[in-house]
Amino acid sequence: MAHDTAHHHESNTKRIWTVFVILSIVTLVEVVLGILKPEFLTGTSFLSMSLLNWIFIILTIYKAYYIAWSFMHLEGETKGLRRAIVWTAVFLVSYLIFILLTEGDYIYEVFKNNHVAWDF
Amino acid sequence: MEATVVRTGTEGKTWGGGNEPLKSSYGKMMMWFFIVSDALTFSGFLAAYGFSRFKFLDSWPIADEVFNHFPFLHGVDAPMYYVALMTFILIFSSVTMVLAVDAGHQLKKGKVTFYMFLTIIGGVIFLGSQAWEWKNFINGTYGAVYTNGGNVLQFIDGEGHRVALADIAVPEASVRVEHEARSGVWFESERSLPSYSIEEVKAGFAANPDLLIRTQIMTEEGEKTILSREESLAKLDSEAVGVVEGANLTRNEYGPPLFGDFFFFITGFHGFHVFSGVLINIIIFFNVILGTYERRKNYEMVEKVGLYWHFVDLVWVFVFTFFYLV
Repeated sequence: MAHDTAHHHESNTKRIWTVFVILSIVTLVEVVLGILKPEFLTGTSFLSMSLLNWIFIILTIYKAYYIAWSFMHLEGETKGLRRAIVWTAVFLVSYLIFILLTEGDYIYEVFKNNHVAWDF
Repeated sequence: MEATVVRTGTEGKTWGGGNEPLKSSYGKMMMWFFIVSDALTFSGFLAAYGFSRFKFLDSWPIADEVFNHFPFLHGVDAPMYYVALMTFILIFSSVTMVLAVDAGHQLKKGKVTFYMFLTIIGGVIFLGSQAWEWKNFINGTYGAVYTNGGNVLQFIDGEGHRVALADIAVPEASVRVEHEARSGVWFESERSLPSYSIEEVKAGFAANPDLLIRTQIMTEEGEKTILSREESLAKLDSEAVGVVEGANLTRNEYGPPLFGDFFFFITGFHGFHVFSGVLINIIIFFNVILGTYERRKNYEMVEKVGLYWHFVDLVWVFVFTFFYLV
């Protein structure tokens, strides 16, 4: 509550800078990988996506975790609030992604293999 | 007041509103609800982007080739350096924001003011960077021609380097004049004409045996298909219908029109969030200076605007991944 914020908060400056360093390093790794595009990562495919893209997405979620937990202070909220926020988004977004990407891939296949032309 | 309120004898107890299972203030909780719904909006946009990308899986532009500008490095191929810089700027302004919140917990007005100020500056720099990014995207670099089917054909020389329209086209005498509102019976005008007509580009292409055409179609190796000289000539002759320079909502020189549309829409929507975040930050900043929160002995407003600001950063992390990396 509002009235007790002033009391039992000691400074978290050290943690903030640690998180900043983590986020910066992860971003740097992403950029370097994106520029170099190592052959063995772009060439290998896992669950119909290249390993490099998997790495990018996992690193992104890793960054999102630190931003939400540390900067947005989700780690200090009650379990109930945290779950209401995180799981709502996670479930709805996974469903949306699943449906739309499956459908997009289906249309791609139709354009590619069937007698439907969009390139005339 | 007292007369109209029915006393139930449960005040302060669980069913009288005394129970706070989430132990969070009203304002903060509402900010979280807003953030969740806004996150779903952004997810909808990004998932729609994914849909279109999967639909055009083998003809989507390669981000490294589109976003390769850096200030003061003209003509140098600098893939992603600039967006990486923008990401750092936004992450850093997130850090100063959280430092302001931290200082607010300890009621240190001076520190809150200083960190809020840095946060606002960071936001403004980010917005400026985004404007520059848009400028490059809209103006384009090389130009291309588009076909009947709405595809884009780009030009390269023998070594595989991109060639700009200006280096290809042979200017002709009989150039069509742009139709302006003042010269017609009805006050209609047309879109500004591209610098070169398709005929000029075709003539220039035929005259220079070194030039080849690159289509949008991706090969197995993840590179764009390059046609042979004969194929290039035939393709240009039979299919090319117009010249495109840079990008607008109808066409762009990079690839499918949807690529440009989603770029404008998603980065624009995010930029609008940053813009409103800066505005709210400025309001709170002045409240801090005026001592509003000092008198309340509570800097929760800084915390709430901080939540919004971190959310904007969070969204950028995803936009960065899906537009520039994947």
